[in-house]
Amino acid sequence: MNQALENAASSEVVELRIPARAEWVALARLAAATVANRLRFSIEEIEDVKLAIAEACTAVIQHEDHGEFIQLRCEAAQDSLRVRVHDSGRHDVATDHQRMNFDEARIAGLGIFLIRTLMDEVSYDVHPQLGTDLLMVKRLAGAPA
Amino acid sequence: MDIKVSVREAPGDCYVVDLSGEIDVYTSPKVKDAVGGLIDRGVYHLVINLEKVRYIDSTGLGVLIGGLKRVREHGGSVNLVCTNPQIRKIFDITGLVKIFGIFDNEDAAMKALV
Repeated sequence: MNQALENAASSEVVELRIPARAEWVALARLAAATVANRLRFSIEEIEDVKLAIAEACTAVIQHEDHGEFIQLRCEAAQDSLRVRVHDSGRHDVATDHQRMNFDEARIAGLGIFLIRTLMDEVSYDVHPQLGTDLLMVKRLAGAPA
Repeated sequence: MDIKVSVREAPGDCYVVDLSGEIDVYTSPKVKDAVGGLIDRGVYHLVINLEKVRYIDSTGLGVLIGGLKRVREHGGSVNLVCTNPQIRKIFDITGLVKIFGIFDNEDAAMKALV
């Protein structure tokens, strides 16, 4: 295989745009699971990815100022899966919980906790005009950090 | 993707809620309605059978936590039947194993109801 083909095979991108509604979250996690499966993640790791992506989408949907769509970008590299969940809504994840009631905040906190526990890297990129990106990385077992 | 919910009466003033499918932000309201409906009727001892649940997220956990909170206000309890290792893992990493009784079979879950 020549270098160009190797590079193409080593980093593939799948993008999906779904309506920001509860009934579409299953499609997002199915897509993420399919990409993770191509990377030869274990079944348990694929389940981790599915749950993390679903929690990210759920966090968007449960926010009152979310955008009309959620954009999901899965980048499959040789030893890791990078997922970006973009919400065009204008909100600050760090202060969202302050506007929720106690029970809503507790469950939302559980979702964020699960994402942070199940994925190897998690970060937010909040832009006042463009919306919020949640970036997550899951590495194959044994891959360098 | 769907969730099937069925409720049946069991000996000793308790009820069993059988769940089958996936519990997420879309389907969890159906579970909440079933559990909440029982509690509204004065049923405070519940076994929730998750043996046929393939997936649960934080909204599903929230429904279970909410149900437990409500029955405990009346001296009741909620025990879970869970044999799926992936589902069990979610309870482990969230620490919910410490607040729910989680059992491998329905008989054990029933016997442990307070």
